[in-house]
Amino acid sequence: MNYLATFWRTLLDILPIVTIIFGFQYLVIRKPVKRLAQVLIGFLMVWVGLSLFLVGLEQALFPMGELMASQLTASQFLPELAEGTQRHWRDYYWVYLFAFTMGASTTLAEPSLVAVSIKAGEISGGTINPLMLRIAVALGMALGITLGTWRIVMGWPLHWFIFTAYLLVIVQTLRSPRSIVPLAFDSGGVTTSTITVPIIVALGLGLASAIPGRSPLMDGFGMIALACLFPIISVMGYAQIAQWLGTRYSLANKHKQR
Amino acid sequence: MEIALSLVRQMRDSLRDLTPVVLVMAFFQLAVIRQPLPPTLDVIDMVIGLVGVVVGLALFIKGLALGLFPVGENLARAFVIKGSPVWLLLFAFALGFGSTVAEPALIAVAGRAASVAVEGGLIRHTDTAQLAFAFTLRMVVAVSVGSAVVVGVLRILKGWPLHLMIIIGYVIVLLLTLITPAAMVGIAYDSGGVTTSTITVPLVTALGVGLASAIKGRNPMLDGFGLIAFASVMPIIFVLLFGSIGLPLLSAVAL
Repeated sequence: MNYLATFWRTLLDILPIVTIIFGFQYLVIRKPVKRLAQVLIGFLMVWVGLSLFLVGLEQALFPMGELMASQLTASQFLPELAEGTQRHWRDYYWVYLFAFTMGASTTLAEPSLVAVSIKAGEISGGTINPLMLRIAVALGMALGITLGTWRIVMGWPLHWFIFTAYLLVIVQTLRSPRSIVPLAFDSGGVTTSTITVPIIVALGLGLASAIPGRSPLMDGFGMIALACLFPIISVMGYAQIAQWLGTRYSLANKHKQR
Repeated sequence: MEIALSLVRQMRDSLRDLTPVVLVMAFFQLAVIRQPLPPTLDVIDMVIGLVGVVVGLALFIKGLALGLFPVGENLARAFVIKGSPVWLLLFAFALGFGSTVAEPALIAVAGRAASVAVEGGLIRHTDTAQLAFAFTLRMVVAVSVGSAVVVGVLRILKGWPLHLMIIIGYVIVLLLTLITPAAMVGIAYDSGGVTTSTITVPLVTALGVGLASAIKGRNPMLDGFGLIAFASVMPIIFVLLFGSIGLPLLSAVAL
């Protein structure tokens, strides 16, 4: 019965875009749709696929993230706590390590990032190395969500982190090679795929409800935002380093020629 | 036949997305945590769920490539050729709005945000209030993405500098954060990252690139992209506004 309800709800979710597309096509542009049968099959697949995904999300992705959060913060798993003392943030080192590994590995394996980085390498004419770019994005993402988990442990306001990151992004945008800026902003969106978003959200909410003194509402969100911001910083940072190395290299060559 | 083959290829891609997640978790379970799974956890249900995620995502993405994307791209081109800015902007808004409503990651996060808002006492403890909160949140984000695409299209038409506009967007975010209740800030920031995933990015990029290549003196690589950048800042602004102004008004009436 649960499944049927999900199918019904997703039908309502895709109804707006279907109405918009066909409405503009037939009422404004007034031309028939090319290959209508194929298009209709496509929409049917979108409907079934979205429903299956949402069912799987509730049954697998959310529980997985929550399970890891509760196990890694369980009192029998953490180091012994001396009587009457507060838990130190360092005690949660497995949480940080888990967040880092998760962020780095999912980003390195992300298919759309592979495509983007190869394209970027071609456009840059060799100054950008596709593999190094992927590593930069993965490091940024991993750092972002690790910092996110640390923030939840500390209970510090999210906007301190966001403001600092914004400041870095703005300064870097003004100083980076022009051509890298669009790519850098794009890479922020690439890291948060439809599969990783639910797991990260569940991890954050799970941590916030498991760690004493934190509430999911006040502390649980924000990991996605950090996961999107830090790749922008790391990609522009990589571009600046690559440019600096490039100029140094060409300078050294000039010296040799003399 | 061809569809089936590309579907299999797409499933491999979704599987590749999922594999590191499963591997990292398995490693932590076996090497670090080393404890039996809690009895409340239904492993079979979880495996079925993972199959649902892989098959569902593959069907969804392939279905988009067969249906929505070609029609959407053709429409975008038709509106660029038509040359009427009003219709173009209207279409841009509708495209951003409609695709965001169907974004899977947003559906997931809005649902979680609503249940957390109930537990945290932000809204009343009823099913209607929870559903209404999730629905309103998604609508606010969808309207914001629609407006973001409109602003992005205007930028391409007028040739406004992108980085200046992004910086202005950031400043607005900073200022709004100061007046928004802390409980809504995290949700607002996260909604910016959620919008730019499966469905909105390709559709909106197609519009931007089509537009940038149709206008003389615009570089599709540089100008086509800006739409996505707006689509990730605008939702933050709108949800912050919703948290500081919309929610208090709404809770007086419905929540």
